Amino acid sequence: MSKKDEILHDHDLIATVAQDATGGHDGIDRRGFLKCMAWAGTGALCVMQGGVLKSYALGTPGSRAAKASAGELSFVQISDSHMGFNKPANTDVAGTLKAAVDKINGLSTAPEFMLHTGDISHLSKPEEFDAVDQILKSASAKDVFFVPGEHDVLNDDGKQYLERYAKQSHGQGWYSFEKKGVHFIGLVNVMNLKAGGLGSLGAEQIAWIEKDVKSLKSSTPIVVFAHIPLWTVYPEWGWGTQDSAQALALLKKFGSVTVLNGHIHQIMQKVEGNVTFHTACSTAFPQPAPGKADSPGPMKVPADQLRGVLGITDVNSVHGSHSLAVTDSSLV
Amino acid sequence: MRGGVFVGGAVLMLAMAGGGFVRGTVARGENASPVLAQPAAAATSQAKTMEVKIDNFKFGPEALTVPVGTTVTWTNRDDIPHTVVSTEGVFKSKVLDTDEKFSFTFAKAGAYDYFCSIHPKMVGKVIVQ
Repeated sequence: MSKKDEILHDHDLIATVAQDATGGHDGIDRRGFLKCMAWAGTGALCVMQGGVLKSYALGTPGSRAAKASAGELSFVQISDSHMGFNKPANTDVAGTLKAAVDKINGLSTAPEFMLHTGDISHLSKPEEFDAVDQILKSASAKDVFFVPGEHDVLNDDGKQYLERYAKQSHGQGWYSFEKKGVHFIGLVNVMNLKAGGLGSLGAEQIAWIEKDVKSLKSSTPIVVFAHIPLWTVYPEWGWGTQDSAQALALLKKFGSVTVLNGHIHQIMQKVEGNVTFHTACSTAFPQPAPGKADSPGPMKVPADQLRGVLGITDVNSVHGSHSLAVTDSSLV
Repeated sequence: MRGGVFVGGAVLMLAMAGGGFVRGTVARGENASPVLAQPAAAATSQAKTMEVKIDNFKFGPEALTVPVGTTVTWTNRDDIPHTVVSTEGVFKSKVLDTDEKFSFTFAKAGAYDYFCSIHPKMVGKVIVQ
């Protein structure tokens, strides 16, 4: 096992490395560290099979992150429920979404609301959206804020999605809101995709972001959520957003920016300056690590291991603390 | 919208290529004339058909060269839906779930680039000569 593999498979070690790197006195090359963090998710998946995985935002000592569970604001991210999918990788996506809701209802701190980072449905069928809505009704957190995945805007350029989930939004479904001093920005990067390209925000949405954050104080914690990762995870599989750098440049003044994405059906994280990037597990099926299969298609794992590679993400913020604590839990 | 009309035509041609199927349908009409059915069948038997398979998020073959008048049929063999969309807006499939097909008849010579609008890294080309 190489040194990199050891790091990948011991998440506590990753957290320690993160603290050292912020201290800047450990001699770890920053570039090398970021690369390590970018790949941490792969290893995190292995750790998750044992139960709970904790991911700490850069600069949050472990003890403080643990305390954060009793914090000021608690919410949950779920992603990629792919209702309607019925292939061998998971023939019961309704069952695993229900398990995710059970997990949410069992959290020690009840979340105030949920974010769904897209691919609610598999084929944009009304009955698929209906089934998800029905299951989410049994969650303790009643409010759900959605952003669309590419599977939610098939055939109708997102008309049905907008009608159901984003009536109050701008443009093709983007919006922002405040919760206890945290500013949330829901972005759409699955529309008008160009041949050969990655996810795309578009000039209109980027101009809106600039206006949206203009009057905010730089101390305001920012949470950005969107379906396709807003950092380049693996362009060969389209896992990135081509104009995300322009959007993130508009958030430079803020001390704490947390970016939550889905799409790749596995946990990955990366820290770059003031920005922590995090991708969530799917509640439906896992996808392979970048480049580890012929395609990013659904990955079939033994039935008794499936719920170990699906999950939810719990996020807590504490007043006075700059970073949010992000905790991933498998459905086991 | 124009794309939709083309698609309809392509599907009809495919059905007729089935030969017996078309004749059987026509024969149900009281005044059905086998003479009428035969020229249609003869015409389609001359038209060429080609297949493109979608496997592992790739169009195969990625580049296809065909004579004018060829009907190309794409079949999605992945567990994930895909689309077949002309970059220039010449044709556009609905979303294709596993094993679903889309056909288009290329009536004019030219190079037709296309991609999957859900997974835009998937690109292909049909060259019509």
